Amino acid sequence: MSASTATEVSRKDRFEYTIRLADDALILSHRLAEWASWAPQLEEDMALVNIGLDLLGQARLLLTYAGEIEGEGNTEDDLAFLREEHEFRSVLLVEQPSRHEFDTLIAQVFYFSAYYVPLLERLTKSTDVRLAEIAVKSLKEARYHLEHASGWVIRLGDGTEVSHDRIQKALNELWPLAGDVFEVDEVTERLAAHGVVPHPGTVKPSWDATVNRVLEEATLTKPDRPHRQGTGRQGVHSEHLGYLLAEMQYIHRLHPGAEW
Amino acid sequence: MSARTSTHSVREVLDRVTDPEIPVLTIADLGILRDVIEHPDGEVEVVITPTYSGCPAMREIEDDVRSELQAAGYEQVTVTTVLYPAWTTDWMSEDGRRKLLEYGIAPPTGSAPSGPVPVTIGMRAPAPEVHCPRCGGLARETSRFGSTACKSMYVCSDCLEPFDYFKAI
Repeated sequence: MSASTATEVSRKDRFEYTIRLADDALILSHRLAEWASWAPQLEEDMALVNIGLDLLGQARLLLTYAGEIEGEGNTEDDLAFLREEHEFRSVLLVEQPSRHEFDTLIAQVFYFSAYYVPLLERLTKSTDVRLAEIAVKSLKEARYHLEHASGWVIRLGDGTEVSHDRIQKALNELWPLAGDVFEVDEVTERLAAHGVVPHPGTVKPSWDATVNRVLEEATLTKPDRPHRQGTGRQGVHSEHLGYLLAEMQYIHRLHPGAEW
Repeated sequence: MSARTSTHSVREVLDRVTDPEIPVLTIADLGILRDVIEHPDGEVEVVITPTYSGCPAMREIEDDVRSELQAAGYEQVTVTTVLYPAWTTDWMSEDGRRKLLEYGIAPPTGSAPSGPVPVTIGMRAPAPEVHCPRCGGLARETSRFGSTACKSMYVCSDCLEPFDYFKAI
């Protein structure tokens, strides 16, 4: 990022946006990690954990960068393990419990990846060089994730009557939460004006195209209801995030300052 | 004044640093060693890049670089990690590809896709043609994800041996 742009774009906005990206990746990686040794077959077990590991790696790069922007000496670990629930900026979609329903997990990864891939494609052109570099790296991985989740939506939707109904139910249930990622607020407006991030609205057509195409091939029906107004970006979460954080942060808080 | 007391060059020493998950490959073979800078004050800076964002081996590789160089007499060592340009399997050396094959892992075939790649949803891009590292027979993909982020799982259609394929990214 050039010096002039850096001064024009406020540190607070850049921190806020970077932490949103980081939290989405971190929380979804945790939901995927919960599937280690739970998947119906070994290959799927490894796939889910690999996808989770990619997202965790991306979250680490983003949290480290967020800490640097913030300038208060917070490391990736401080930001991941010592923030409270209301300080997390992830969307509600990624925190929904999916440990016991494979269909829910697939719907969650599918809706998220269908947004994440076109977002990263645009972020590779960000005027913030570091964000662009992280996006180039992450994009290669996110494409695999979208292909994997899409493959399952199609396999389940176009499978048996039971699998069709179950994936349709999961897609319907998460639908209200799937639109939060496209919401526009002052932070995205200001950053988009400086070319740091794409305007969230420019990513939506790609998401629609992917969802339409995959659901059609899967013989599934696109839910005919509006998305709900999101609250995750303001730090207002469902009851599920607290339990997730309790599990994720427990060890770190039990041994303050411990390092690998 | 130089902190250097070694008779081996930095790159020679770094040839002892291997990927902890694929111990036959040095970091130079793998293409993750991006640069070696010897500063006038004797400090050695080693620049590395991760294969995948979540690669859990990076920390260990960093430690290995530092300890091998220090053992060889380079006292001041800095390891810098860069993300850009993003690593691609095209950076793996010919020697590295041969060693992988001998180790029983099929090396990446063809070139990594560059530029914008359309995501092939549902009708996935056909899996690359991969040959068995044991008998050379044609193999089929059993899972796109394998024992580490960089590999997928294949099984040979001839000798039925399952094996890892280092996927091209």
